[in-house]
Amino acid sequence: MMMDDTRRPVRQDLTGVRTMKYMLLINAGTVDAEGGAAECDEQDWMAYDKEVREAGILVSGESLADLVTATVVKVGPEGERTVVDGPFAESREVLGGFYVIDVPDLDAALDWAARCPGARGSGSVVVRPVADFGA
Amino acid sequence: MGARAGGAERAVEAVFREEHGLLLASLVRRFGDLDLAEEVASEAVEAALVHWPVQGVPARPGAWLLTTARRKAVDRLRRDQVYAARLAALQVETDRSAPAPRADPGAELPDERLQLFFTCAHPALPAPARGALMLRCLAGLTTPEVARAYLVPQATMAQRIVRAKQKIRQARIPFRVPGEDELPERLPGVLQVLYSVFTEGYAASSGPELQRPDLTAEAVRLVRILYRLLPTEREVAGLLALMLLVRARQDARTGADGELVLLADQDRSRWDRALIEEGTALVTAALTGGPPGPYAVQAAIAALHDEAPDLETTDWPQIVTLYDVLSALAPSPVVALNRAVAVAMRDGAEAGLALLDGLAGEERLRGHHPYHAARGDLLRRLGRGPEAAAAYRRALDMAGTEPERAHLRRMLEAARRPA
Repeated sequence: MMMDDTRRPVRQDLTGVRTMKYMLLINAGTVDAEGGAAECDEQDWMAYDKEVREAGILVSGESLADLVTATVVKVGPEGERTVVDGPFAESREVLGGFYVIDVPDLDAALDWAARCPGARGSGSVVVRPVADFGA
Repeated sequence: MGARAGGAERAVEAVFREEHGLLLASLVRRFGDLDLAEEVASEAVEAALVHWPVQGVPARPGAWLLTTARRKAVDRLRRDQVYAARLAALQVETDRSAPAPRADPGAELPDERLQLFFTCAHPALPAPARGALMLRCLAGLTTPEVARAYLVPQATMAQRIVRAKQKIRQARIPFRVPGEDELPERLPGVLQVLYSVFTEGYAASSGPELQRPDLTAEAVRLVRILYRLLPTEREVAGLLALMLLVRARQDARTGADGELVLLADQDRSRWDRALIEEGTALVTAALTGGPPGPYAVQAAIAALHDEAPDLETTDWPQIVTLYDVLSALAPSPVVALNRAVAVAMRDGAEAGLALLDGLAGEERLRGHHPYHAARGDLLRRLGRGPEAAAAYRRALDMAGTEPERAHLRRMLEAARRPA
């Protein structure tokens, strides 16, 4: 499943250029009966994680526990709290984890997203710039 | 810039349109910000409108505009510290490690437009905004001109462009030329945008006119620039060849009253021989030195049409073969439709119709009026009038431009008449 373009070297010209934070939201495409992502290859993930760390671009990153463990909280207009089990995978895309990376520009962020094992098969990675209110 | 008269104004306008892309690209490279670049570029033009009528047009008008625009940018950054801080953070000038601009010995400004092509066509931008951005940034059209070109209200187009520029800035879509390793992935996107600008001009999707020559002219102008910047990319040559070979027939495609004239009925002496010659030379280059790309193959098909004295003696077997190649390279229902029409010319209407009917399930063709019009033509040739009329009727329900609709109404009438 490894495509040629995911092997492309990532541009890492970090010298002097101010970088920008991007969040990579990793959507598991197909979800198994337990609500976990079905197409994960442990080795690929470990290799990717190592690469991200060694490149010196990692701000943070977590993978999320299975969807069956999720709980939704809402607060109504009177301050009343509703807690429900879920949400369940009615939608096709289930957030399975994320990385926040610090890179020079969108193209670099897209390169890292393309290398992520979560982008393959029925999965996808949404790349979103982190808002910078200081600028 | 309105209807201001006078030689100097016209000179400014001409220079600005010619140099706009160059000027903007230089400014973007220096300051890393499209908004600032556009702002000071237009301020420089305003300054030119004041100074040139008095002092005369400078010897190097492009360089004059660039110097003036740069000065204005520096002034602006002095006044606006927040803006300056944001740009300084990008460290645009000192940290650019991009390759040196390709210098054209005759040009007064270094040509840094290639990066703008890639930014405007960036896949992270919404598709309808990409062509609009290219027309604005690289072809030098104003927003109202771009809106007119796409037949959308000015406010809609202004918003589309503003949002695209916002995304470029906020998501930090870079101004950079992709490396050799990325080109195979990124260049087709740029060509696709240029092709869609051309197509909208050649086969307008709606409106009173069949085609909008101004839009095809802008598309050709942009592809010529791209071809100068990337002379060894064969698909760029292929796309330029395709555009020239199709544009060569443009004048003959519209009658005296703006009506549609089909290929079969066109006065071929009105085809532009110079464009055909240039396009044919380019298509030869595009087909040489490796497996051909989809634009080169389409250009080869266009060349076969352009070289034929009439419809009957056109090399239909060769055209069908080329459509086979194209179907393998870039399969699509529209390619299959065109192939079926060519097969009808080679083997007869029956064979073509069988292929068309085989495509009836294609979602993309259901609402595509040329598909139903082509079925109508073949059914009529087979003497199946009522079925032909039904097919023309369906095409008429979808056809975009007024001349196409008028043509289909004529065909519908003819199909209804007993043979």
